[in-house]
Amino acid sequence: MSKRIQDFKIVNKASAGGNCLLTLLPLGTPDLHDITPGQFVQVQALAPEVLLRRPISVCDVTPDGHLILMVKPIGNATRHIDSLAVGDTLNLVLPLGNGFDTSDMQGRRALLVGGGVGVAPLVFLARALTAAGASVDICIGGRSAADIAGIDSLFVPDAHLHFATDDGSAGHHGLVTSLNAFSADYHRIYCCGPTPMMKAVAASARNRGTDCFVSLENMMACGLGACLCCIEKTVRGNICVCTEGPVFNINQLLWN
Amino acid sequence: MELNLSVDLGNGLRLKNPVLTASGTFGYGIEYADFIDLSRLGGFIVKGTTLNPREGNDAPRMVETPSGMINAVGLQNKGVDHFVKHIYPLIADCGSEVIVNVSGASIADYQAVAERLADLPAIHAIEVNISCPNVKAGGMAFGTSCQGAAEVTAAVRRSWARHLMVKLSPNVTDIAGIAAAVEDAGADSVSLINTLLAMHIDVERQRPSISTITGGLSGPAVRPIAVRMVWQVARRVKIPVVGLGGIVNADDALQFIMAGATAIQVGTANFINPAASVQIVDGISDYLRRHNISDINQLRSIIP
Repeated sequence: MSKRIQDFKIVNKASAGGNCLLTLLPLGTPDLHDITPGQFVQVQALAPEVLLRRPISVCDVTPDGHLILMVKPIGNATRHIDSLAVGDTLNLVLPLGNGFDTSDMQGRRALLVGGGVGVAPLVFLARALTAAGASVDICIGGRSAADIAGIDSLFVPDAHLHFATDDGSAGHHGLVTSLNAFSADYHRIYCCGPTPMMKAVAASARNRGTDCFVSLENMMACGLGACLCCIEKTVRGNICVCTEGPVFNINQLLWN
Repeated sequence: MELNLSVDLGNGLRLKNPVLTASGTFGYGIEYADFIDLSRLGGFIVKGTTLNPREGNDAPRMVETPSGMINAVGLQNKGVDHFVKHIYPLIADCGSEVIVNVSGASIADYQAVAERLADLPAIHAIEVNISCPNVKAGGMAFGTSCQGAAEVTAAVRRSWARHLMVKLSPNVTDIAGIAAAVEDAGADSVSLINTLLAMHIDVERQRPSISTITGGLSGPAVRPIAVRMVWQVARRVKIPVVGLGGIVNADDALQFIMAGATAIQVGTANFINPAASVQIVDGISDYLRRHNISDINQLRSIIP
């Protein structure tokens, strides 16, 4: 299906890892089957002085047809979205971006690494990978217990979760890259989180010779490949994160 | 009531309605084909095209500001040959006027691009960009003096016989004087305003928010300035004026038309609402019906 502008109704609000978790019911055309893990939506925030939509990763598309978004309230727009109530409407442009490559993962092991609001797209990815017959390990990092509170319940039960915190208040004391599960053998590694985390994971994947994909969140305006604001320098020159990403094979990036 | 929305910009450029989309905000049109029927637009202006491919500026290129945004893309594009070979065939038959925005670092560059585009029969107009604030050479350097603006216009005029629109910079003392200079040099129309030179500082990081330090401000924040400049220019020149700057709905578009614009361009609004341009066409029709006006041209310059 094609990209579209669509209204959604907020049917539930929760929180996870200090972020706002919205459950949205599509109005109009209810079909969300065309959304793939790693894609994002552009959310309109009708807040004073806010002009642009905010790109938000698809956290999950549930089997009963709801769209889950995880929003970190940090600025005027995201705080406004956080202030909305059950029953309110959100206008989205979707589905945008390329999504994660989940091909030929049947019977293979995948490692998903996330931090902060970057865990959001891993939820839907874990659902898709386990449905495709992959074995999924997920390493999640945070500064402290509050950053990972409630995160485990978002994931499909088949996924194996491993937590690490900087202060040791929950899970392993240290970085995600120091978790035992992080160093096991995997067919493919997927990562979304703060840039230093993604760069560390990419470096480790390169050393191991493991296929690795990261999801970037450069500053965006349109989300449609028109404004050329969100470019990333790659082996193919400056390309738009919104249309040719947000997911990139690390071999495409100039991160060395 | 039968409505006439069509407008004539002169020298063969007649639009079915006054709504264009602004260069750099609409890609090559294809990016918006999922959201709107491109043939419903008066036309669209494809992004700034240069003789040679350009990688543009480093990231970050954009920062949001109150009711606006500052960008410093720096004319990233794959060059005119790429446009001719790979883009033109996709959009030549879209049912709407395709106008190419032309930029260059030298007068010879502008001419060379115009000459290549002259081979394309569906391109009835070019918009010459002498107002880009985000490139070191050319761009706004030409557009901030009457002499520079006139030189580029006269040179491109010799290389391009079809409609020649010149896009003006607001970063000048007297925009009407620049408009008069490009009119004398042979322009068929002027479009205004390009972005306003602006700056934003990230105080936590204690550094500029975009890589080039300064960039171009667009969006509703600039609209009142743009309306004022369109009004000033329309009083000064005889050629048609195309107005742009922060237009997000039909009322905004009508302000520009009442101030003297023959057509308008929708820019930053395309980023927020991908269907904005066509909704503005519909909104203008609704306005005309509500006010019992049969022809959009009756509203032009009603503010004397």
